[in-house]
Amino acid sequence: MAKPYHQGFEKTIELVFAVSAGVSIISVVLITVYIFAAGLPPIMKTGVFRFILGTRWKPVGENPQFGIFPMILASLFGTAGAMFTGVPIGLFTAILLSELAPKRIACLLRGCMELLAGIPSVVYGFFGLTVIVPFIRTRLGSPTGNSLLAMIVILSAMVLPTIVNISETSLRAVPMEYREGALALGASRMETIFKVVVPAAKPGIAASVVLGTGRAVGETMAVIMVCGNIPRIPRSLLDAVSPMTAAIAKDISYAGPQHRSALFGIGAVLFIFIVVLNLVLNAVVKRSAGGRA
Amino acid sequence: MNRKRRAKDLALIIVIWMFSLVVVVFLIWMVFSVISGGLAGISLDFIMGEYNLHKGRTGILPMIAGTLILILCTMAIAVPVGIFAAIYLTEYARQGFLVRAVRFATESLSGIPSIIYGLFGYIFFRNVLGLGFSVLSGALTLSIMVLPLVVRTTEEALKSVDPGYRESSLALGASRLYTTFRVVLPCAIPGILTAVILSMGRVIGETAAVIFTAGAVPRIPRPDRVLSSSVRTLSVHLYLAALEEADFTGAFATGTILVVIIAVLNFAAKKIARRIERRSGQE
Repeated sequence: MAKPYHQGFEKTIELVFAVSAGVSIISVVLITVYIFAAGLPPIMKTGVFRFILGTRWKPVGENPQFGIFPMILASLFGTAGAMFTGVPIGLFTAILLSELAPKRIACLLRGCMELLAGIPSVVYGFFGLTVIVPFIRTRLGSPTGNSLLAMIVILSAMVLPTIVNISETSLRAVPMEYREGALALGASRMETIFKVVVPAAKPGIAASVVLGTGRAVGETMAVIMVCGNIPRIPRSLLDAVSPMTAAIAKDISYAGPQHRSALFGIGAVLFIFIVVLNLVLNAVVKRSAGGRA
Repeated sequence: MNRKRRAKDLALIIVIWMFSLVVVVFLIWMVFSVISGGLAGISLDFIMGEYNLHKGRTGILPMIAGTLILILCTMAIAVPVGIFAAIYLTEYARQGFLVRAVRFATESLSGIPSIIYGLFGYIFFRNVLGLGFSVLSGALTLSIMVLPLVVRTTEEALKSVDPGYRESSLALGASRLYTTFRVVLPCAIPGILTAVILSMGRVIGETAAVIFTAGAVPRIPRPDRVLSSSVRTLSVHLYLAALEEADFTGAFATGTILVVIIAVLNFAAKKIARRIERRSGQE
């Protein structure tokens, strides 16, 4: 028979387990502290309002200006656009997967979603750069093709796996009796899905939308390759933009000290966006849990 | 059912199928356009060659090495920590404040975008701890990033182990730790393997968090200072080749290799998942 472990060893290892569990707590604290420690001073120096609502971004030169409003707008417009196309497509795909598709096709489609989720964001960006951007340039007459529209197209595809996956799970969790009841009452198949199943799965679908929004707001490398990186307030879908994430990643490697700390400031603003989204997500999930109990 | 309702039903079904078709077409279009542009650029010389723009050499051996090194180091940190954390959560901890805090932290971590990880790694590991652009900075940053994935997947694997095994082992007089290591963990190995594969995929695909921490030096690091040297991964290389170095042949070929690696990893993860399903079906 194998020898039992020494008592002291048991206690030590137990402590190691507990410390490992604590690593994620420590990480969250460290990330929050350091992002704000590096990001808040430059915001304070410029002035909160001038930093967030200022429309001029001139990080270098005699009289540098740090207004990130155009970047915030670009992030918001890009995300909203991605949700506008991504949510219906994602939701319908989820409905197909959970309610309509034969097992074989559902399996194949699920494989596609997994691949879509796994493909690196640079590959999305590269596809955008070599296919979507030239298309927009030649067919839609945008000067370079790098545009808000290109960003929206790529982001729409990138949020799909999140939306489909979580919506499908919550659609599947709707009890079979709901469907049977509706059908027995004479509702058609689609009436059952859209008036009974989807409303019952609403909290999960809402959560998927919030998570997808988080992904779109935070996406960097795919966006940087197609957005044009010009921090101006966009007037049309065909204008080049520079969302917060792209602005940080594009400049950080060659920014001077003042410029770099302004980029940390953008990071802090972005982080606040993400925290707010997480709070919304928690509220959505909690409400659904409360509703079911 | 009257005719109008039947027509409405049919119309909706068609719309649903068409929307889903859009997804598939987009995926095929993307994969096809990258691979068709990249296949011609892949040769033995490309895969095994050094990278030196001045000499016109654009091989990606350094990037392959860099990617592998970064994967190994990240896994060496994240896998043990993640497994231990999952063991603590499922086998030891009582439901309470600490468990809730850990769960909240893990969920928060998975919602943080990679650019924030990159910034954090840049500020904390590179500047505050003075690790510079290095494999160590990169691996530490990426470890935090993949930690939620490892913890959650391992937790699920541990939870799915039949409680009867645990109880029998404890009833035979084995200690809790002995039960965990000798009985529970072996049963959970396929699930843990899935966690490892999925997080490998994350490391391979990551760019923003890597370029800020591990840097982008396209050279194989010297064996005696692997941890402290900067490396360039395949994803970072794709970004730089396409945007800064205007080497589109190389970018296409690198993209192709990335897509193939991800497809293989996905397939492997699916295979393992199916085996787990089949096994639990037998019980």
